[in-house]
Amino acid sequence: MDLLEYQGKQLFARHGVPVPAGRPAASVDEAVTAADSVGYPCVVKAQVQIGGRGKLGGIKLAATRDEARAHAAAILGMDIRGLRVHEVWIEEASEIEAEYYASIVFDRSARAPLILFSTKGGVDIEQVAEEDPDAIASLHVDPLLGYQQFHGRRLAFEAGIDADLVRPLTALLGKLYDAFVGEDAMLIEVNPLIVTPERELRALDAKVTLDGNALFRHPDNAALRDPSAEDPQEQMAKERGLTYVKLDGDIGILGNGAGLVMSTLDVVAQAGGRPANFLDAGGGSKADAIVAAVEVILSDEKVRAVLFNIFGGITRCDEVAKGLIEAFERVQPQVPFVVRLDGTNDEEGRRLLSDAQLPGLEVEATMLGAAERVVELAAATPALDTR
Amino acid sequence: MSILVDRETRVCVSGITGREGTFHALNNKRYGTEVVSGVTPGKGGQSVDGIPVFNTFRQAVGETDANTAMVFVPARFAADSIVEAADAGIRTIVAITEGIPAHDELRMSAHLRGLGDVRLIGPNCPGVLSPGKANVGIIPAAFFSEGNVGVVSRSGTLTYQIGNELAQRGFGNSSIVGIGGDPVPGSSFIDVLALFEGDPETELVVMSGEIGGSAEEEAAEFIADDVSKPVVAYIAGFTAPPGKTMGHAGAIVSGSKGTARAKAEALEAVGVRVGRTPTEVSEIVVETLAA
Repeated sequence: MDLLEYQGKQLFARHGVPVPAGRPAASVDEAVTAADSVGYPCVVKAQVQIGGRGKLGGIKLAATRDEARAHAAAILGMDIRGLRVHEVWIEEASEIEAEYYASIVFDRSARAPLILFSTKGGVDIEQVAEEDPDAIASLHVDPLLGYQQFHGRRLAFEAGIDADLVRPLTALLGKLYDAFVGEDAMLIEVNPLIVTPERELRALDAKVTLDGNALFRHPDNAALRDPSAEDPQEQMAKERGLTYVKLDGDIGILGNGAGLVMSTLDVVAQAGGRPANFLDAGGGSKADAIVAAVEVILSDEKVRAVLFNIFGGITRCDEVAKGLIEAFERVQPQVPFVVRLDGTNDEEGRRLLSDAQLPGLEVEATMLGAAERVVELAAATPALDTR
Repeated sequence: MSILVDRETRVCVSGITGREGTFHALNNKRYGTEVVSGVTPGKGGQSVDGIPVFNTFRQAVGETDANTAMVFVPARFAADSIVEAADAGIRTIVAITEGIPAHDELRMSAHLRGLGDVRLIGPNCPGVLSPGKANVGIIPAAFFSEGNVGVVSRSGTLTYQIGNELAQRGFGNSSIVGIGGDPVPGSSFIDVLALFEGDPETELVVMSGEIGGSAEEEAAEFIADDVSKPVVAYIAGFTAPPGKTMGHAGAIVSGSKGTARAKAEALEAVGVRVGRTPTEVSEIVVETLAA
């Protein structure tokens, strides 16, 4: 789960990471009140989960109350690359002497957290990694030992920061690590981490990704979801416990297991079709989940045909079939369905489907055959939104 | 021969009294796997269809000589159960549970590596099947027969798909291993490829990867240096949209963009043939073994 900048900064502040003072606001009046309390000059920052907000007009400096009002009015409701701005963060303006970069990520191959630090902050770190890889210092932390002071010193000296900042940086990285572990984060990125003229370090931005699997330990964080970041169908799917990603095409896809669904998208594309979505009904899909999945897929009006590709392990094909039958009763789909069922209880599942004689539903024996058939059917069926 | 699980395997199922735990423990037992005990704290003394249940792994191992653990307990308790199994002396642990917090996995994995000789498969995986010998996990065994093709995969259902395509062409499997798709996998492609390389029954290995991370690229290097047997690969996610799951910093760690194309190219560069569909993978396997 990705946090908005201000949510990340509030999380940092709880762990003692220095951040500029600020307040969130969801309306122009709230923004003016926030600006008055923060003081002038202040910065009005659009809260959307997308990089490059500043260049797109989502970050403005306000020297006066009138300016704060005008900027908040312009930014709230603005569309930044398809995301509507519902909130702004009003923050005291910071003077910047230097811009650094710091992050902590999960390194899958090392099976350990990796801390990255660079004095080349404020720019796209991937570009730094490509052009000047030596400018990024990095090290792994033993998860059983945790962060040690020497980690900070090593990063500081290897990145070549000024001597007076070594201690403050070492302390700050320790606090970031505390936040990384304490909040069950998958990623913490501070870019830029600034040096002020008073020689203090401050997190001027915050990118935090939390582990959705650990939210049960953090009820406050669980409440921070940003609905504006989600497509309506994706939101609907999430509320029903399904993993759904919307794509551009017209063939609705459902499968069980992320790998099989990805493979299904690839095979449909190779057969000449264009998938409308990725939908993983997950392991052990029960009938209810299947009904919800059909509703989510058909809520996309571009869909002309739907492919179910199930290979049951923990998922039982008879449960999937029951879900489909129930979904057809409730939703009465107007587009053709192609279904392929293999694995646990597959014969029972196919028998249930054939007994139910669902209108417009065909069963195919293989994944490739099912993909080819659904592409044919989609080409012959007008989309829901063009009827 | 086979890898990880065979006729010597004696399984203790953690979470055996839960719905999924019971269903799959009995499924594995029906297949002929020695499912000797289960663990559910507080339910010691009960039995599940004749399989004795214990309160702790230490008791279960002491009473039933279990040498393999299969973990089905809910995500928030699973890491604890895995380290308990290791503490009781079990050295092969298959963790099916999905959704374990990543930081729990991190600490657990560091601890298990410190023990040195514990092999963890998963979490969030379908388990290991050695056809004709033992099934530890949720792989639908009826689709597979004994043979000489090893399969290792990050995705469960895709493993079944590929295994099934091979079976339809008359090929059986030495072992089928799902390593799972979690941030901190207990075993990597490399760990499992090394086992298949040392298994006399395995003549060819099918490796099925997917987008994200750099495990496939690392496996490619390992194959170039340390695997003499032919490897055929599949990568899922050529049409997946970029940037949906990966943060910027993650892309730096992996040293590549984690795309299906980059992975396929890394594998092809070391002579591994990459099928573009599961069906094509099975065709390449047939060609390679016939040659």
